[in-house]
Amino acid sequence: MSVTASDVAQVALLARLTIPDDRIDEVTERFTRVLDLVTELQQVDTDGVLPMSNPHDMEQRLRADEVTEVNERDHLQQPAPAVEDGYFLVPKVID
Amino acid sequence: MPDINLATATAAEVLSALENRDISSIELTQAYLSRVDALNGQLNAVITVDHEGALAAAKDADDARHRGEGGVLNGVPLLHKDIFCTAGLRTTCASRMLENFTPPYDATVVSKLKAAGAITLGKTNMDEFAMGSSNETSYFGPAHNPWDFSCVPGGSSGGSAAAIAAGLAPLSTGTDTGGSIRQPASLCGITGLKPTYGRVSRFGIIAFASSLDQAGPMTRTVEDAALMLNAMCGLDPNDSTSADMPVPNFHDALTGDLKGLRIGLPKQYFSELLDDTVANRIQDALKELEAEGATLVDVDLPHTQEGIATYYVIAPAEASANLARYDGVRFGHRCDDPTDLMDLYARSRSEGFGSEVQRRILVGTYALSAGFYDAYFKKAQQVRRIISNDFKQAFDQCDLIAGPSAPGVAFSAGAKSHDPIAMYMEDVYTLSVNLAGLPGLSVPAGLINGLPIGLQLIGRAFDEATLLKAGHRFQLRTDHHRLAPPLAEIS
Amino acid sequence: MMWEMVMGLEVHLQLATKSKIFSGAANRFGAEPNVQACAVDLGMPGMLPVLNEQAVRFAVMFGLGIDARIGKRSIFDRKNYFYPDLPKGYQVSQFFEPIVCEGIFEVPMPDGDLFPIRITRAHLEEDAGKSVHDRFPNQTGVDLNRAGTPLLEIVTEPDFRTAEQAVAYLKALHSLVTYLGISDGNMAEGSMRCDINLSLRPAGSDAYGTRTEIKNVNSFRFVEKAIAVEAQRQQELLEDGLSIVQETRLYDAERNETRSMRSKEVANDYRYFPEPDLLPIVLDDAYIEAVAQDLPELPGAKRQRFIERYQLSNYDAAQLVSSPTMADYFEATVTACGEAKATANWMLGDLAAALNRENLSLEDAPIGPLDLAGLVTRVADGTLSSKLGKQVFEGLWLREGSADEIIEKRGLKQVSDAGALESLIATVISENPDQVAQYRAADEVKQKKLIGFFVGQIMKASKGQANPQLVNELLVSALTGG
Repeated sequence: MSVTASDVAQVALLARLTIPDDRIDEVTERFTRVLDLVTELQQVDTDGVLPMSNPHDMEQRLRADEVTEVNERDHLQQPAPAVEDGYFLVPKVID
Repeated sequence: MPDINLATATAAEVLSALENRDISSIELTQAYLSRVDALNGQLNAVITVDHEGALAAAKDADDARHRGEGGVLNGVPLLHKDIFCTAGLRTTCASRMLENFTPPYDATVVSKLKAAGAITLGKTNMDEFAMGSSNETSYFGPAHNPWDFSCVPGGSSGGSAAAIAAGLAPLSTGTDTGGSIRQPASLCGITGLKPTYGRVSRFGIIAFASSLDQAGPMTRTVEDAALMLNAMCGLDPNDSTSADMPVPNFHDALTGDLKGLRIGLPKQYFSELLDDTVANRIQDALKELEAEGATLVDVDLPHTQEGIATYYVIAPAEASANLARYDGVRFGHRCDDPTDLMDLYARSRSEGFGSEVQRRILVGTYALSAGFYDAYFKKAQQVRRIISNDFKQAFDQCDLIAGPSAPGVAFSAGAKSHDPIAMYMEDVYTLSVNLAGLPGLSVPAGLINGLPIGLQLIGRAFDEATLLKAGHRFQLRTDHHRLAPPLAEIS
Repeated sequence: MMWEMVMGLEVHLQLATKSKIFSGAANRFGAEPNVQACAVDLGMPGMLPVLNEQAVRFAVMFGLGIDARIGKRSIFDRKNYFYPDLPKGYQVSQFFEPIVCEGIFEVPMPDGDLFPIRITRAHLEEDAGKSVHDRFPNQTGVDLNRAGTPLLEIVTEPDFRTAEQAVAYLKALHSLVTYLGISDGNMAEGSMRCDINLSLRPAGSDAYGTRTEIKNVNSFRFVEKAIAVEAQRQQELLEDGLSIVQETRLYDAERNETRSMRSKEVANDYRYFPEPDLLPIVLDDAYIEAVAQDLPELPGAKRQRFIERYQLSNYDAAQLVSSPTMADYFEATVTACGEAKATANWMLGDLAAALNRENLSLEDAPIGPLDLAGLVTRVADGTLSSKLGKQVFEGLWLREGSADEIIEKRGLKQVSDAGALESLIATVISENPDQVAQYRAADEVKQKKLIGFFVGQIMKASKGQANPQLVNELLVSALTGG
C-alpha cells in the first residue's frame, strides 16, 4: 500500500500541519511503512463482528440538568495567548 | 537522618518512619528534593521540581499528623508524570506545545492523592504526548535509564520509571495507553500497574487515546502499588468512562496464598521469537509462582501479532482528534505574527508538536479519512473486539495470564528511533491489554547483563486484587524489586 | 421549461436546558463574552464531557411529538474540523446512530389542510461558539459562551416543493417545540436556525438536481425570500445551460441574494468516528413510556379538539393552537363566557391587531381572558353592539377597568328600548322631509341604500349607542308607515 507525497500533503492539510519540502519524502516513507503494518488487518475475518469503542461496552451515565459552574473567565483565560475584552483573538476570519 | 535508605525506601517504609516520628515530612521531603537536585542532571527524569509547593505541603502533612489526622499516604513524597494537570504547576506533556502551560485545575487523580496526603515533588519526563516507548521524543530531552545512562528508560512514562528506580521519590503516577507504565517499569526494574480501563479517572489527564489511556501507580513494590491504587481509584462523575464498580481495599487483598490460582501462558508470548535469556528469567519467575501454589496452563491468544496493527490505527486516530484542540487560540504554543487563520493553525501546530507526534496525527487522520474509514478504523475496531474475546476465552481456563513485559531489556538510546516498526514491537505484550481494557502489572524479574526485565501479569477486568496478590506473593519470595541501580551515592 | 423546486430543511434547535449538554456551565443567552464557558466548554487539556439528562429527555419528547421511532441505542460521534469557535477541533454530534429516527410531521397549511413531511432523523449535538469580526481591527474575537449549548438537529426528506410549505413547516415546528417546552424556537434570537437545501428539476422529472445549501436565514420572511432568490438564480443558470455548483451559500438579507461562503472553500472531510469519551445512550421502553405519559397535549391533537369541541373552522383552530399561550388564553376565555366563535373572532381580530401594533406578546397583553370574556358576554347578551364592543375593547386595553365598569363609565350601553328609539326616529324623520320623500318614492333596491342616511343620523343622535338591528326594523316601519 503506497502513499504519495501528494496524499500526505492532503492529510497534512486536514490536520493543519505543514511538512517542509525537505522532509516530505522521509515522512511519506515512514507513513508508508506504518500503513504496510496496518494492512495485516485485512487478513483477519471480521464478518459479523461489531466494532468495539469502549472495552467494557458500558452505557452512558446521565448528569442532572443543573448549573454547577460559576464564572471563572479570568482564571481560565490565564493560559491564553491573546485575549481582549474577554474575547479570544485570532487573525481576522472572512466568511 | 534515621536508618532509612531513600535510594531504595518503599512508601510503606517511609510511612512507617513518619508514623513512628523517626522523621518529619519536612525532613523527608527535603531529603528527596536534594536527591532530585543531585541526580536529575544525569537522569533528566524530572521536568519541573516544585520545591516551594512540596515543602509547604510537607508542613501541612506534619501538622495533620500532629493533630492525629491525615490521609493514608500522609507525608509520602510523590512525582506526577507530566501528563497530569496540576493546578498552578506547569504541565507540559513533554511538548513545546505546552511548554508554558499552567493548568487552572487539578486532575482528579492529583486531587485524590493530595487528599490522601501525598506530597507532590514535581513532574516527570515522558515521551511527548505519551507517544513513544523510550522517552526519546520529549521536547525536554531524553530521560536516561539509571541502570545504564546510555540506555533508554522505556516510555512513555520513562521519567517516572527512572525516578522510582533512582529513588527520587517512593511513588510516582504514570499513564499507560499501549504499555507506557509496564514497559518502562520492566526496563527500569520497578513495579508498575495499569488498572482496568475505567478504574481510575481520566479527568484532567491530557488525553492521548481516549479508549485506551489509563493512569496507574509506579512504585518499588506491589504493596506500595496497592496502597497508591486505593487512593487513586473510584467512580468520577466528571469522567463518563469511569466505571461504577465496587472498590475493594487493594492493600487488604494482598494477603493469602496462590493455591488454586491458574496462570495462563499464551503460546504466542513464548514463541521462538522470544529471546532465550528473557524466556529464562520469565520461567524462573513462573516457578516462584508455582511454589506459591499456582498452576500453569497453556492458553491461546491468536491475534497477539495483529494487536500491534490494531493499536497503531486506533490510538493515532483517537489522538489525531484529541490533539486538534492545540491550535494556539486558548492555550498552548502560538506562532509569532500569524498572517491568517490557516497560518495560525499550521505554524503553531508544526512548531509546537515534535515529529513523532506529527507522524501519528497524520496516520490517525488518514485512517479516519473518507474512503479509508471502513478499511482502517472500523476494521481495527472489529479486530479489537476479537482480541477482547480472545482474552475472555483464555480467562475461561485461567485466572491470570503471564509473560514478559517487554521483548528485551533497555536498548541504547537511538537504537530504535529511526525504525518506527521496531519501536512499536516493544509493546507487543502490552498493547493488547489496553485494547481489551484489562489490568496489567509488571514486576521486576531479575537482571540480564545488569539490565532489568519484568514479568507481566494480566488479570480479568476489575480483578486487580488477584493481580496484586500474585505480584505481592512473588515479591515476598524474591528480591528483584529490592535491587537498585549503582548510582553514585550523595553525601 | 417548467421547473420544480425540491427542498429539504435542516433545523438546528437550541434546547432550553439549564446547563450545557456536556458540562455544568449555564445555558443562558446574552452574557458577557466567555463568562459561561467552563474548562470543559473551552476544550482545555484533560477535560471530558458528561451528558445532560434533560437534553436526552427533550430529544425523546420531540421524537414522540412527531411519532418518530426513538433510537433506543444512539451514539455520539466526533465531527472533525478546524474553526476558532470550535474549541476541541471537533464537534460532538450524532452521525451513525441518532436518538430520533424516521417520523412524519403533519404540517397545517394556511388553507387548513395537513401536509405530511417526512422527518429523516433528529439528533443531539453541541453548539459552537460565536465569532465577532467587526470589533477588533484585523482580528476576530471568539466568544465560547454558546459552545456546548445542546442542539437538536432536525432533518427532513426533500419533500418541500414551495416556499409556503417550508414556512408552514417552520411555524408548525415552532409551535410544537414551544408546546413541548423544549426550546424557545425563536429564529430571530438564534434558538431555531434553519438551513435550506434547494435544487431544481424539470417538472415531472424524478431525478434530483444538484442542490445548494442556504444558511443564515433567520426569519420566516427571509425563508420565503431566500428560496425565491436562490431558485431564480439556479433557474437562470440552468436555462443558460450552466451547471449548479454544490456549495453552501449565505443569504444576504440586505441585498436579497445568496452568495458562496468563502470559508467553506477548503474541502472538509469530517472523518466521523464514535466519540470514545462518551458511551452509547441506551433507553429502555419504560423510560420512553414515562416520557410519553408526561407529554402535554400537542398542537395537532389540540387543534382537532378545538374543531370538534368549539365548532371552529380549520383555519381558526390552527391559528388558536399556534402557541400554548394562545390556546390556553382562548380556553380560559371560553370557559368564562361560553362563546367560542365570538372569542375566536376577538382574539384573531382586534386583539391580534392591537398586540401587533404595539409589538407585544400575548403574555404581556393588558387584557386577560376574564376581561375579554366580560366583553364577549356583553356583546352576546345585547348590551353592546359589536361597534360599541370595540370601544369597550379600547377601554380594556387602556386598563380602564372591567367591561362592565367601562360600559358604565363611558355610558356605552346599547339603547334597545323601542320607545326611546321610536322618539329618536320620529325626530330624525321630521327634520329630514326631503330624504323621507326620496325614500318613499324609491324602489326596494334604492331604499336599501337610502336607509343608510337615516341609520347614520340615528346613530349620530344616539352617540352610537342605538341598537342597529332594532333601529333598522323601527326605521323601516316608520318610513313606510307614512
